[in-house]
Amino acid sequence: MAEYTPSELMVAVAARELRDHETVLVGVGIPNLAANLARKLQAPNLNMVYESGAVGSNPTRMPLSIGDPCLVTGAKSICSMYEQFAYYLQGGKIDVGFLGGAQIDKYGNINSTVIGSYQAPKVRLPGSGGACDIASNVKKIIVITPHEKRRFVEKVDFLTSPGFVGGKQNWKQLKLQGGGPYAVITNLCTMKFDELTGEMTVVSLHPGVTIEKVWENTPWKVKVADKLGTTPEPTEKEISTLRALDPQRMYLG
Amino acid sequence: MSEKMDSGKLMTMKEAVSKYFSDGDTIYLAGFTHMIPFAAGHEIIRQKKRGLTLCRATPDIIYDQMIAAGSCKKVVFSYAGNPGVGSLRCFRRALEKGQPNKIEIDEYSHFGLCGRLFAGATNMPFLPMRTNTGSDLPPQNKNMKTVKDPYTGDEISVVPPLKPDVAVVHVQRCDMNGNSHIWGIIGEQKDAAFASKKVIISAEEIVGEDLIRSDPNRTLIPDFVVHAVVHEPWACHPSYVQGYYDRDNEFYMQWDEITKEHDSTVKWMDEWVMGVENRQQYMKKLASEKILKLLPKPVYSAPVNYGSV
Repeated sequence: MAEYTPSELMVAVAARELRDHETVLVGVGIPNLAANLARKLQAPNLNMVYESGAVGSNPTRMPLSIGDPCLVTGAKSICSMYEQFAYYLQGGKIDVGFLGGAQIDKYGNINSTVIGSYQAPKVRLPGSGGACDIASNVKKIIVITPHEKRRFVEKVDFLTSPGFVGGKQNWKQLKLQGGGPYAVITNLCTMKFDELTGEMTVVSLHPGVTIEKVWENTPWKVKVADKLGTTPEPTEKEISTLRALDPQRMYLG
Repeated sequence: MSEKMDSGKLMTMKEAVSKYFSDGDTIYLAGFTHMIPFAAGHEIIRQKKRGLTLCRATPDIIYDQMIAAGSCKKVVFSYAGNPGVGSLRCFRRALEKGQPNKIEIDEYSHFGLCGRLFAGATNMPFLPMRTNTGSDLPPQNKNMKTVKDPYTGDEISVVPPLKPDVAVVHVQRCDMNGNSHIWGIIGEQKDAAFASKKVIISAEEIVGEDLIRSDPNRTLIPDFVVHAVVHEPWACHPSYVQGYYDRDNEFYMQWDEITKEHDSTVKWMDEWVMGVENRQQYMKKLASEKILKLLPKPVYSAPVNYGSV
């Protein structure tokens, strides 16, 4: 059995969610590692797209920002920022988008704008960037985040990027063309979203984790799926491939 | 080579900023992570332009510096972070504490912001887009509205055109009239140039018109939208220019330290911006080992045939 750290587990589990030939909008850091890991394993034809306009990138080193020049060298295509958002995202060409943020709530809504009020911020965060556009248009949103009480909140201070907004019915009325949030992967468990209500639901506990531990680290009593699974341990191959992707452990820590 | 007569557009950055920037202007220094025109930003700071509305999708370090210098009245943006590092501390200090002065913000998503430029460039009254719905941002920004789609009857989010007074776009190479070749991440460069009333091009290299005409697909900006051309090698450090120099990631991380306090920021600016006359002097101050580390390994594209009968 492979030894692994919590961040290695999160990346390995997230990578398993990606399918061959899918087009994925990647950010730097952990999501980039997950996409690259999937590409080395079950999804060799994964299309990696970056919001900077790099399409089908083939980076030979770890990109340090979404605009890193290594994402351009050997890419399939480079387009303008407007084209990236209009043709690719709004055009419905992106299957999966990775998002992160300071807060996420039980309907998968994400806050990356402000803690406190917008007019009088306690902490001003960077803002949407492409996050709101990605959340509104991709077929599946995947969030990878440490399972901490300050990140999981019953209701976000500011809704930057829509998940299922006020619940699945409310979300349907808004007629967003994307598929909404799909999975939240933490160091404790994998959560997906209830078909009917759109509420975050624990579907799989990571090895050695109890549901009580999840509840301890979530400020509301997060729902549990009828068939609660256990996440398979990362394999030797997953871990060794992942470590080779980030030899300096810039993002794996 | 058929060199045309000097069109009078070629000038120094000092002359271009003095001639085309006024206090109170709405400006756009283009470049989405790539080819950010730092040389222009520093010259604007040196010439003490005031009350500027600074527009950029990602304010980045360049606007953080201009905010710290007191050049800024308002920021129009979509992502105010230090990419790959964290916060823009000067932006936050101005917003949260009014230091060195209070700033207003006009905030969008990336699509909203680049859509505004597209609407400006194409002279549209507004641009509809499938985003913003369900977000808390539209209620905070009176520029974000909805209209009824005349075909389906559904409400759709719209943003207004953005038409800056002046844009600065840095390019790999252009001719003396401003016909500009750009490659790599092309961001919102073309949109910014076409949306703005006046356009300043700064370039790594000034080349002959023949060279530009040998590869017209690479010309994103033609001379007749350009007002001034500045030959300014290394204009984008610590940002990068594909094929010329890489991003100085170390500096992006150091900026986080430098800007911990307003005073330490001012000290840095006194040395690296106010303390130099121009870009050449700035580059002379940079350690040569550092510069060598930023030089990329060349990777050339295959030539293409543009011939006709």
